[in-house]
Amino acid sequence: MTTPALSVRDLAVRIGRTRIVDDVSFDVHPGQTLGLVGESGSGKSMTVLAATGLLDAPGAVVTGSSRLALGDVELVGAGERTMRRVHGKTVGFVFQDPSTSLNPLLTLERQITESLQTHRGLTRRTARARAAELLDAVGIPDPDSRLDGYPHQLSGGQRQRVMIAIALACDPQVLIADEPTTALDVTTQSQIIDLVRALQHDMGTAVVWISHDLGVIGQVADDVTVLQKGRAVEQASIMEVYDTPRHSYTRQLLEARPLLGATAPPPAVTDPDVLLTVSNLDVRFTVGSPGGRRTIHAVDDVSFRIDRGSTLGLVGESGSGKSTVAAALTGLVVPHAGQADIAGTDIFTVKRRDVKALRRRIGMVFQDPFSSLNSRNTVGTAIAEPLRVHRRADGSSARRFEVGRLLELVGLPSAFATRYPHELSGGQRQRVSIARALAVEPELLILDESTASLDVSVQAKILGLLQRLQRELNLTYLFIAHDLAVVQQMSHDVLVMQNGRAVEYRPAPELFADPADEYTRRLLDAVPPQRPRAGDVA
Amino acid sequence: MTTTDIETDPPRKRVAAWRLLLSNPVTVASVLILLLIVVVALVGGWLAPYGINETNVANALQPPNGRHWLGTDDLGRDILSRILVATQVSLRVAVVSVAIALAAGLLVGVVAGYLRGRIDTVLMRVVDVMFAFPVLLLAMAIVAVLGPGLTTTMLAIGVVYTPIFARVARAATLSVAVEPFVQVSRTMGTGNGYILGRHVLPNIAGTMIVQTSLSLAFALLAEAALSFLGLGVQPPQPSWGRMLFDAQGFLGQAWWMSVFPGAAIFVTVLAFNLAGDGLRDVLDPKQRTMLEARRNR
Amino acid sequence: MTGRPRSLPAPVAAFVRNTTVRFLTRRLIYSAVVLAGVMVVVFSLVHLVPGDPIRIALGTRYNPEAYEALKVASGLDKPLWRQFFAYFGNAVTGDLGVSFRNGSPVTVNLLDRLPATASLAGIGLVIALLISLPAGIWSALHEGRFSDAIVRISSQFGVSIPDFWMGMLLITLFSSMLGWFPSSGYTAFTEDPVQWLRHVTLPAVTVGIVAGAIMTRYIRAAVLEVVAMGYVRTAKSKGLEPAVVTFRHIVRNSLIPVLTIAGIQLATILGGVIVVEVVFAWPGLGRLVFDSVAARDYPMIQGAVLLIAALFLLINLIVDVLYAVVDPRIRLS
Repeated sequence: MTTPALSVRDLAVRIGRTRIVDDVSFDVHPGQTLGLVGESGSGKSMTVLAATGLLDAPGAVVTGSSRLALGDVELVGAGERTMRRVHGKTVGFVFQDPSTSLNPLLTLERQITESLQTHRGLTRRTARARAAELLDAVGIPDPDSRLDGYPHQLSGGQRQRVMIAIALACDPQVLIADEPTTALDVTTQSQIIDLVRALQHDMGTAVVWISHDLGVIGQVADDVTVLQKGRAVEQASIMEVYDTPRHSYTRQLLEARPLLGATAPPPAVTDPDVLLTVSNLDVRFTVGSPGGRRTIHAVDDVSFRIDRGSTLGLVGESGSGKSTVAAALTGLVVPHAGQADIAGTDIFTVKRRDVKALRRRIGMVFQDPFSSLNSRNTVGTAIAEPLRVHRRADGSSARRFEVGRLLELVGLPSAFATRYPHELSGGQRQRVSIARALAVEPELLILDESTASLDVSVQAKILGLLQRLQRELNLTYLFIAHDLAVVQQMSHDVLVMQNGRAVEYRPAPELFADPADEYTRRLLDAVPPQRPRAGDVA
Repeated sequence: MTTTDIETDPPRKRVAAWRLLLSNPVTVASVLILLLIVVVALVGGWLAPYGINETNVANALQPPNGRHWLGTDDLGRDILSRILVATQVSLRVAVVSVAIALAAGLLVGVVAGYLRGRIDTVLMRVVDVMFAFPVLLLAMAIVAVLGPGLTTTMLAIGVVYTPIFARVARAATLSVAVEPFVQVSRTMGTGNGYILGRHVLPNIAGTMIVQTSLSLAFALLAEAALSFLGLGVQPPQPSWGRMLFDAQGFLGQAWWMSVFPGAAIFVTVLAFNLAGDGLRDVLDPKQRTMLEARRNR
Repeated sequence: MTGRPRSLPAPVAAFVRNTTVRFLTRRLIYSAVVLAGVMVVVFSLVHLVPGDPIRIALGTRYNPEAYEALKVASGLDKPLWRQFFAYFGNAVTGDLGVSFRNGSPVTVNLLDRLPATASLAGIGLVIALLISLPAGIWSALHEGRFSDAIVRISSQFGVSIPDFWMGMLLITLFSSMLGWFPSSGYTAFTEDPVQWLRHVTLPAVTVGIVAGAIMTRYIRAAVLEVVAMGYVRTAKSKGLEPAVVTFRHIVRNSLIPVLTIAGIQLATILGGVIVVEVVFAWPGLGRLVFDSVAARDYPMIQGAVLLIAALFLLINLIVDVLYAVVDPRIRLS
């Protein structure tokens, strides 16, 4: 075994009396990747930032040890000068959100050459040449002219490539990648993963890759440390973690992980009637920018139908127009053209006085559990709102009873009615949102990325709840998601969207078994496989 | 249906707003000073040792002494008595004019921010036009046209501060209106009345309370300036601004004529500003001071 | 999306599509629309006067001949809509009518007073920036520390001081007691620079301190917003010198909102100048408005209000041009 490039021992972070990180130890070896995995609040980012001296939390006390092999530098408790000599030179960083991590007012050249000039003392010309090399290495076309450009001229994936170029500019021993692909689409994610692996192979960099996603970690890591509530509950090679997980939390993470080809929903009722028919839907937006107004063609000639009691999965990356379809069906945007018919009622041409009755028939659950509920109202008030609006369960005692019944329907105690949203966890809030949507017995329930913000273990439970509700209440779902594995688990039919257009629309088993469209294939290929990549090599 | 497989996150407790407010000593001090000022405004007439228009030329321009704690003016009137009595009119102008601005601005801002579209564009252009005039200049012009006096002063200050309230209310409404919980209500067929009353107004209330507190400070300054220019509160009713106007000719001889009335304005305005800041920290940490400065493009 | 104009030659078409040009064109149109609105407000002012403005303006000097003469001279004898278009057209060509008080053209009076006000406001803004830039940046970079608390409290004090009271205190101290500066009056710079400086110091300091206190708060908030941005963390992760992080990444980026703040504050300064001019008997636009209000010289009030509002719009148009120069997101999108 080589000497570890970075060796962390008994690292702890305290804020006040709370221990955020509790005696974590790990090694990262040159040319190897350590995956640091855990759900939100596990302290994974804080661990690494504390170990590399970039933690900027007021009142945080860091103890333990974190040694860099190069120059034998101790980073815990090191002075600012030492830190500055290490940052950007021996340790490079890539952060989560590429839209904010680059300075909008500086040219790319300036942002890449800054550390070269600081640490290597390069002249402007040699630094520029090196910056062009780096841009080329991270796969930015036409690097020399791009150097004079600005971040806003790049896509999200390209910005993350530039961030990687910046992090690797001085050929660091250690690269810290903090959720570097979380803000990216799945196809971009797989490109970034390949890029980092290739560069690591060439440069022999030790990488610490932080992620909430075991699938991504399986793609990149040689060794894994699983964190739960600031403690390292399992540390092993990636193959051991996948094949023989020892800690129950690791097993839970592995089992909760949505996997392609793992499960499919039970078949919908045979000989069904059609609930919703959408034909030639077309939605356009006008957006203002400093240079004037532009029209965005968000949905372009999309048609589909959903049978009663079944689920249509609507898949696409960000900007594909999948949420706009939901907005059009629920009256949040007015479509440019097209028809939509729900059991005999035309959604887009419905008369003014029938609008309210129509809204009752289509329920909606949004992505973000935290902003889907008004923080100033109790759970009971939130669920009672549709009951009041549609005059179901009139009278306060009848309403109270109905709210209690709905809470129990989604697996919450009826006593939760008096709680405020801030007293609930993310999963509990999402259950409340589902209860609210079900209050007026809609025929169609639109789930717009409804589980995307949840931790995997919570997501699995909510998906289970949705399947149970569909069986018991014969519900029809329009299930919108970017995660193909989740879509496969839920859907009978699948519609794939790209840039506002439907590229493939088929029954789910056929589509997943034999994708016809090239874009669908790319999406499927980009999904982290069930097995770690390290398994291919071994 | 009894299986409750709820997640086990511990519920997070939220600290009540007033507790946070009381934990800031500066806010507590400023609120106490404000309470004191309000009490003075209510009972100032009884506290005053002398009549406000008791002139006594033999006693003119007395420096502060045992009988006249804050001295006397050029007509021999007791400055302390006049300051105490003037408290009421200053607060009344500030409160009434801010109430006008709040009511009108809230209406315009919420309508524009919630309905969007052409109404929004037209209303915001009108607001932009109002913003092109310096506040005091527009107030002066309105008072000049309608004639000086208490009522026109309140009206003028109310009008010139309406655009600020409109803009703040619109920005707050816009940000609440795009929240998923409002979108959900709209998809459920909830009427605009319910959405505005139950979702929008309660969520912009904090912002509006903060703006109101800060605007009281601005309105006090504006009233003082108008009265100083002879356009606001008219004699014989005493007002702090007018007392400063009277003091102008005696800056060299009688510093007390200008120092004390000015200090009364300063302390009151400062107390409103500090209280407003404390409220902002508690009710509206997201809204930085930038909100007031930012233009809509 | 409207297609590119087909008949235009290539360089012209490129110019039309250039985002900077389009941005500035939009801002120019916007300013013109607002200016038109400003004119409507200013025009309406005189028609809101309860009673007959001419009669009120003449006061004790009233006699039928003077009344008719003034009515015809001011155009108030014509129907309302014709009056409006006449006012609009005249204003655009620089004719703002004649003063009720002395019969001279309003424009001449205004231009006569403009240099005094402009120099006072300009020096006031410079003083305000000299105070607020270092104070605001320093306190934001030391958020929560003792020095930040000092800056925050001092700026609260500055914001709460009535500017005219501050002027009176300065006169009491520096003119009456110490005799360092004159308490009032004005000497043109071209006449005697030293006297000009002695006269402008106290009023400019008054304007500058109050505006500086307000701007300190805005600048602090603007810098704090930038400090929290991801790219500042990126800059730190490169191991740059603290001064480089502070100036190249934090201060430079917060200057964009500061530009907006300065533009808007200049309007506040213009408003504050009115009262300060009265305190220091400074013969600028503010003093002119004050005298005109007392004399009910409505054309003069209208003219001054219109001029100041137009100046405000012009300043903010200049800020927009600077935006386009500074911010690559506008220059090249």
